[in-house]
Amino acid sequence: MTLCPQTITRIAVVLAALLPASWACAQSNLPSQTQLINKHIQQGWIDYELKPSPASPDGKWCRRVYLDIIGRIPTPAELDAFLQDKGADKDHRLVNMLLHDDRYTEEYARNWATVWTNILIGQTGGNERNSLTSRPGMSKYLRDSFARNKPYNDMVFELVTATGSTKPGTENFNGATNFLAMKVNEDQATLATSSTSRIFMGLQVQCTQCHNHPFNQWKQQKFWEFNSFFRQTRALRRYAEGTRDVSHAELVDEDFAGEAGDPSKAIVFYELRNGVTRTAGPVFMDGTEVDVSGYVSDVNRREALGKMMIESEFMDKMIVNRMWAHFMGYAFTKPVDDLGPHNVASHPMLLEELGAEFRKASFDLKQLIQWIALSEPYRLSSQTTRSNASDDPQQGEPPKFTHFYLRQMSAEQLYQSLVSTNKASARGSYESQEAERNRWLQQFVTAFGTDEGDESTSFNGSIPQALMMFNGDLVRNSTTTDSGSFLGDLARENMKPGDKVHRLFLAGMGRRASRDELTIANKLLAARKGDQAAMLQDMWWAILNSNEFIINH
Amino acid sequence: MFNSQWTTPAGMTRRHFMSHMAGGSAAMAGAAFTLGQTLKANADVLKKNRKSAILLWMGGGPSTIDMWDMKPGAPTGGPFKPISTSGDGQICEHMPLMAKQMHHMAVIRSMSTREADHDRGRYYMHTGFVPNPNIDHPSYGSVLAHELIGQRPELEIPPFVTVGGGSAGPGFLGMAWAPFAVTSNGQIRNLQMKLEQQRLMQRMAALDLIEKDFVKKNRGTAAEDHQKVLKKTFDLMSSEQMQAFKVSEEPEAVKERYGATGMGMGGGGFGQGCLLARRLVEAGVPFVEVDLGGWDSHSDIFNTLTNRHLPVLDKAMSALTEDLEQRGMLQDTAIIWMGEFGRTPRINQNAGRDHFARAWSVVVGGAGIKGGITIGETNSDGTTVETEPFSSEDLMTSVCKALGISPDTTYTANNRRPMKIAGGGKIIKDLFV
Repeated sequence: MTLCPQTITRIAVVLAALLPASWACAQSNLPSQTQLINKHIQQGWIDYELKPSPASPDGKWCRRVYLDIIGRIPTPAELDAFLQDKGADKDHRLVNMLLHDDRYTEEYARNWATVWTNILIGQTGGNERNSLTSRPGMSKYLRDSFARNKPYNDMVFELVTATGSTKPGTENFNGATNFLAMKVNEDQATLATSSTSRIFMGLQVQCTQCHNHPFNQWKQQKFWEFNSFFRQTRALRRYAEGTRDVSHAELVDEDFAGEAGDPSKAIVFYELRNGVTRTAGPVFMDGTEVDVSGYVSDVNRREALGKMMIESEFMDKMIVNRMWAHFMGYAFTKPVDDLGPHNVASHPMLLEELGAEFRKASFDLKQLIQWIALSEPYRLSSQTTRSNASDDPQQGEPPKFTHFYLRQMSAEQLYQSLVSTNKASARGSYESQEAERNRWLQQFVTAFGTDEGDESTSFNGSIPQALMMFNGDLVRNSTTTDSGSFLGDLARENMKPGDKVHRLFLAGMGRRASRDELTIANKLLAARKGDQAAMLQDMWWAILNSNEFIINH
Repeated sequence: MFNSQWTTPAGMTRRHFMSHMAGGSAAMAGAAFTLGQTLKANADVLKKNRKSAILLWMGGGPSTIDMWDMKPGAPTGGPFKPISTSGDGQICEHMPLMAKQMHHMAVIRSMSTREADHDRGRYYMHTGFVPNPNIDHPSYGSVLAHELIGQRPELEIPPFVTVGGGSAGPGFLGMAWAPFAVTSNGQIRNLQMKLEQQRLMQRMAALDLIEKDFVKKNRGTAAEDHQKVLKKTFDLMSSEQMQAFKVSEEPEAVKERYGATGMGMGGGGFGQGCLLARRLVEAGVPFVEVDLGGWDSHSDIFNTLTNRHLPVLDKAMSALTEDLEQRGMLQDTAIIWMGEFGRTPRINQNAGRDHFARAWSVVVGGAGIKGGITIGETNSDGTTVETEPFSSEDLMTSVCKALGISPDTTYTANNRRPMKIAGGGKIIKDLFV
């Protein structure tokens, strides 16, 4: 007898389930790094005597992948294509399509540029009056970098060492300068110091600016040594012609005389708590000393720093940790950007080994994303079972990744998801669309106005968000039924109303409607006197306002 | 077929209609949002002894050594001169209006804490707990709103409002207790429902059904919180009490007194925020936080204080205190003035002061707290506390006492352990007669 390919696959799956995991892994064509992830995570389950949840249904996993890789939910057509695909390696192909197919390059780049703009300059950076930061400049640099899949070490080096102008369209434009433009002039570049070490190396030194850290090995001396690398750098204000309005900034490296006034030994002073003054020169966190001359022609301190940073395994671990958190909802450490010795990771070996693999793969971010997105823990359902309900990081337990942790979409993901379902709203140039999105996003952000640029967001499931979803323009625009709109086109399709409702649920939730949901849709249709478009409008509004829609699950 | 609940009888308010909906929509979609109204019979009795608190949050770390605990003549003293007040202590010359209100206020000069980082300090001062990766502690506003809401069955607007800032979150109490963040002009986005009522009801019923399913599939508390937030949102959309946010309707003279005019850089916003806070407390909101940020002066501190912070603070805080007093509300409303820490007595090479938590001041008053006093002392240059040191927990415990909340009240934290609401602090006895 001959078996059709699907049956063979099914038999293989059943067989695999009966065999030890290691054998199944070896037989699969998963990247070895994904197998590494699975091995370590499974070991954790065994150690803690937990059983993982079953795999997530295809539709929900597909929704997850689109949200996390390109920053929006899939369109009904995209979801259909995946659900219809009966090939054994469909997951693999979907992830690869989102990462490598030209059709998705722009969205991929936009998504990661958004994520990284928020990391590097915060949600409000560049929006202050007379800001030296150009948000469009930051975003342009990042977009170009992600579109070309620039190796991560090159990005780090460029961001740390950038010189040039912050604003697109000006002479010497270099968007990478926006990371440091607002962080080098004030307060002896302390913000450049703490941000660079925290964001790229996972080392939180901000407390040691003024005193030795009470519970880790970071000392005040270390802070000022790290700080010394930024002291040749200045952001020069450039004014709009004939006004006193800042147009942009120019980031330059200049000779630094040091605080003792001797450029051949350009040191900085700092005060201990007891008032005693100490000195510091440029020394990397591992103790490597750099020529203490402040002359740029002798040594460009930021370049020296950049070279050492990208050699450090802390950089590898930090990006792996950040990426993991992006896909899994929790990092190996809490908070994600604290890899200090006092903060033990939930899976230290995995973090270490993945970091090393990332370095071996020439810092290819798309590979790292693929490894994680194809892993078993990322494929699990978000529903807990009796044997893993205790795995709840919200209760302060280290995460074991036995199920997919629920989390709310970000404001940007919501925006992009709604705009993409509605062809009508994606009008105008890229820049004007960005500006419009930025305006919309600002309603949720509050800056605390501290030297560290702390912010909070009200897009967190609280009332302002609910009001926006109830009554805001964004949702109203996505429930229009004009021709060319998602609902308008669906209303005019030649299919049963019930099937149209299923389409809505697939589009919004990645699943079909339940029987009760179909029943209420029917009642709505009657209440709307048979007007299908109006019924779809009501249903879509309800879907968008539901928890199930806004949660990545 | 729809049942009769789908048609709104003429003349019914949406609120009233919704309360009918609560029991009657089973045929639609199972029970709709339970918009049950608690009995209002006791409302008047409760109004008489209901307590509130207003937190004036000085984000960035205010320089209390230049304001409430001055060291004239000491090398750390800075250029400002102290002036006498209506209480028994002296304060900075740049707060002449506040000097006339100090008989209502107690200055605690012996705060001594350990968190000198903005994030950690903000968390600690807002919760009474140091940050801990395993517990997400609820902040002042969430705790006090949670405890005081029972006194206000008629409240239809959020019990915890934060004006012009982010405050700190509800922690494990969940999003239903999150701060409602508004700007100081009180304008709230997306408040207007642009849909006729009946159709909205029908949409809500559909939404309710979708929600129920999701909650049923053991999705934990987040999903349940979402339902509560939807209900609260719905309540406030149709509530007359939202009038309290219309701070622009205040007489010009009143706005002027608070410094709520001229909305320049940091100016006006805080004054208007304080005025809004008064209106909200009058409307029954138990906790309002008003933010005045930008105190993080590592350089050029004295100019910033003279020209920006102190005049704004002086006007707004004094007007608020006086106003509450005149309206007979001060006896039931606690005012708490604090930041995440103070600033170093040492003036650095940039004419600034850095973060300093070891010895600093906070100011409290109202709600039966003894006014006109100073509590605790620092040494001659302000570097250490010489009397009994007080912590965030002590302060919060004392505020709870003033508001009639037992500091022994215990919550079960997200790690299933019991947690005392104010971190198990001690009562600062001198605050109470």
